[in-house]
Amino acid sequence: MSAEGNGALLEVSGLKVEFPGRHGTARAVDGVDFTMKSGEIVALVGESGCGKTTLARSIMGLQRPLAGEVRVRGETLRYGRRALRDHRRSAQMIFQDPTGALNARQTIYEAVAEGVRIHRLPGNEEEVVAEGLSRAGLRPPERFFTRYPYEISGGQRQRVIIAGAMVLNPSLLVADEPVSSLDASIRGEILALMLKLVRETQIGILVVTHDLGLAWNVADRVAVMYLGRIVEEGPTEEILSSPRHPYTRALLSVVPEIAQMEQQILSGEAPDPTRIPSGCRFHPRCPLVESGKAAELGIEERCRTEDPVELPACHAVR
Amino acid sequence: MSGQVPLLSVRDLHVTYAAAERPVPAVRGVDIELEVGETLGLAGESGCGKSSLAGALLRLLPGGTEVTGEVLLDGEDVLTMKPGRLRAVRWTDLAIVFQGALHTLNPVQRVGDQIGEAIRLHSKGTSHAKVRERVGELLELVGLPARRARDYPHQLSGGQRQRVLIGLALACEPRLLIADEPTTALDVMVQAQVLRLLEDLQERFGLATIFITHDLSTLASVCRRLAVMYAGRIVEQGPSHDVFAAPTHPYTRALAGAFPVIGDQAFRMAPAGLPGDPPDPRHLPEGCPFHPRCPAAVETCSSVPVELWPAGPGRAAACIHAPGSPVPA
Amino acid sequence: MSALAEAPSARRIAWLRRRRAVAGAWRDYRRHLPGMVGLVILVLVVAMALAAPLLADEAGLKAINSTGNPTWASPSEFGPLGTDGLGRDVMTQFIWGSRISLLVGLAATILAMVIGSVVGITAGFFGGAVSAVLMRVTEWFLVIPFLPLAIVLAAILGPSVKNIILVIGITSWPSTTRLIQAQVLTLRERDYVDRSRALGASNWHLMSRHILPNVSPLILANTTLTVPIVILSEATLSFLGLGDPSNASWGKMLDDAFESGAVTLEAWWYFVPPGLGILLVVLAFTLVGQALEEILDPRLRDKHG
Repeated sequence: MSAEGNGALLEVSGLKVEFPGRHGTARAVDGVDFTMKSGEIVALVGESGCGKTTLARSIMGLQRPLAGEVRVRGETLRYGRRALRDHRRSAQMIFQDPTGALNARQTIYEAVAEGVRIHRLPGNEEEVVAEGLSRAGLRPPERFFTRYPYEISGGQRQRVIIAGAMVLNPSLLVADEPVSSLDASIRGEILALMLKLVRETQIGILVVTHDLGLAWNVADRVAVMYLGRIVEEGPTEEILSSPRHPYTRALLSVVPEIAQMEQQILSGEAPDPTRIPSGCRFHPRCPLVESGKAAELGIEERCRTEDPVELPACHAVR
Repeated sequence: MSGQVPLLSVRDLHVTYAAAERPVPAVRGVDIELEVGETLGLAGESGCGKSSLAGALLRLLPGGTEVTGEVLLDGEDVLTMKPGRLRAVRWTDLAIVFQGALHTLNPVQRVGDQIGEAIRLHSKGTSHAKVRERVGELLELVGLPARRARDYPHQLSGGQRQRVLIGLALACEPRLLIADEPTTALDVMVQAQVLRLLEDLQERFGLATIFITHDLSTLASVCRRLAVMYAGRIVEQGPSHDVFAAPTHPYTRALAGAFPVIGDQAFRMAPAGLPGDPPDPRHLPEGCPFHPRCPAAVETCSSVPVELWPAGPGRAAACIHAPGSPVPA
Repeated sequence: MSALAEAPSARRIAWLRRRRAVAGAWRDYRRHLPGMVGLVILVLVVAMALAAPLLADEAGLKAINSTGNPTWASPSEFGPLGTDGLGRDVMTQFIWGSRISLLVGLAATILAMVIGSVVGITAGFFGGAVSAVLMRVTEWFLVIPFLPLAIVLAAILGPSVKNIILVIGITSWPSTTRLIQAQVLTLRERDYVDRSRALGASNWHLMSRHILPNVSPLILANTTLTVPIVILSEATLSFLGLGDPSNASWGKMLDDAFESGAVTLEAWWYFVPPGLGILLVVLAFTLVGQALEEILDPRLRDKHG
């Protein structure tokens, strides 16, 4: 339980989200406890299908959980109309595909002003929009007012989305793969913008990504998610230089930049949340079990039957 | 046998798309040489012309597109081939793997039949049993059990579909494979699987490969040689480890720095990017097309045109800072 | 600083740009030959309907005012289009009839579009139980044969132009609903809808600012495709004697022609003009509708690149 009290910006406890489907119920988020502070960037990493995007959406209140709670600055997220609207002033989101996230029929001005209008913020709207755009690096802002999304580049579209979120002065920003659809040279610029925003406004940013390099670039802490659960969490340098969970190790080994590590390519596809294995959910793909190391340590039976609770969620670590 | 003639030799290739207002020059003079069994990585961002280049090699570009220069495959120009000869060359000598495997496969045909079709099209009169046997072999080659031949594309995962596409590309034993962003849509772990498969195939069959992606680090780990494209031209080329470890062109340096080295303190909390966006190919800047975004630009960059100048053993870079540049920086 | 100079008028510029977008659509439209043919026919017919009081005396519609005319006079004997069995001028009926046919056609279509769009957007946007109920009702209306339902309704409500509009309106919306619901189902999954929701938007905001503007081209195109069907329905109902007896629509003319035995008398000048009129208007609306659909429907537009 993460009952840190008033200091925490975001607290997620016992969160579960399920999707009923034809091939059985998908347990997309299967009991997540998680906290972060203001002025911190946390990277939530994992493969596709691990539930990281669902977790991000539930933090925004876009997805109603089956069980558990989301608290922002001690305020529990409720699902009434007013409560949701208020929640979405303190928590904002940026999206993977900036092109899809902008309505092609709206000008840049309208896209950034949308939140201002919804929340009926006081002040001169045009000034607020101009300031938002220039804070997001679109200068001079007036040049962008009347343009349409298709007239600007992908990187600029992502800046427009960031501007639209930041004009509400949120205390938490949830970024779902914010740079994965952008070109390599643009990527660093957007990440630098996120770092700048954190330094200037003490906002907290939760970055959902599959990209460990991004975590090394900007994150203070890393949480690794596998099949609906966080399996390892800690300061970025610790997790990325000496990972303890075998899944984190495998993820890290396939990053091409790390030449010195022996590649551990896990067989099979991203795991299926409709069929979560019993025992440790990672055991069917675990290199420790496969290589017989788990048997040597005398924990193989536990790997197959016992769900590890404490982090890092691996029987071999304890 | 063809000791003198390289497998592929591209000379002064230009690709210009027809457009309503003004033609779009996507590739503006590219030269490439590739020996049998060699691997070349082609890096660049969207709009740099790398996919147009790949399309031109197979003549897969939309009608009305102007392609000039030479694409010599074993000394024979692909650009001037008759349609019949071109069909024979596509697939048997030259095959391509695209990104987005879902859309390239026919959703209502079993994957085995799709591979079988490719085999039959190019070697007519192959017996039924023989084709089936070959399909099984190909699937096992790309790491799928032969019984998967009976599956439809939707029954396979993204990585498995990409494997099927690679199998399909290999159906007629090509000597040159062009892989255009083959792993971009895939998950990290699956990416690694597909990359390993491609490396393995290169070694086993001496398959020459042109590997296209925007991720320089992936290329450096898979390819022997590297070419970086910007605004329709190659701006740096050379042995991949040298280029990646010590780039000459500032653009290559930016690409190499875009994906950080995990554990390297230089990148910690310091994401590196480039200001601005790739230029509109219809309105390229004067001089070096990269100069408006270049951190190392000097005054001459905006007026003096650049070309590939020597930059160390086997290397060249289109930058006035390159060691072999005749222009004083 | 030109940038600063334009800043205060940002909204006006946005409005100008929108006008330019409309101008662009009009430019595309002008190049669409069938669409232009349809538009010209429509303009002519609408002009005739609007100018009816100038072109013909309304009194001529009543038999009592036509006692001086010959009966069953052919066009060569009387006026441009001859007379009917009561001596009434056919041209006068034709001109005034276009008014009723167009009025019913447009009014009933608008009614059908409003019902269809509201039900379609609501069902598509909310999904779940709301959609299930609304779409069952829609399907129910879709499968009941139109004519018996309309006849029953017209008989209950009594024959008047207002009731004809009502009857046709509330029987013509289901196909529109299905079309719009299908489009909304894809629109609501778009990221920009999610983004707006994450910005705090209410369902009303999402539907009015994001969904409606994106289905409006579809609604417009569908409107022009529904008008001809409605005009035919009006003609059908009038022909069956369920129309307003005091108003001469084209359908009513056909009914009168049939009743008075114009066909056996070979008085072609009585039934050919209204028949041709209906045909032309239906054709014109269909041409315009198809042209608009091609130009405005993003799914069709994407195909041209």
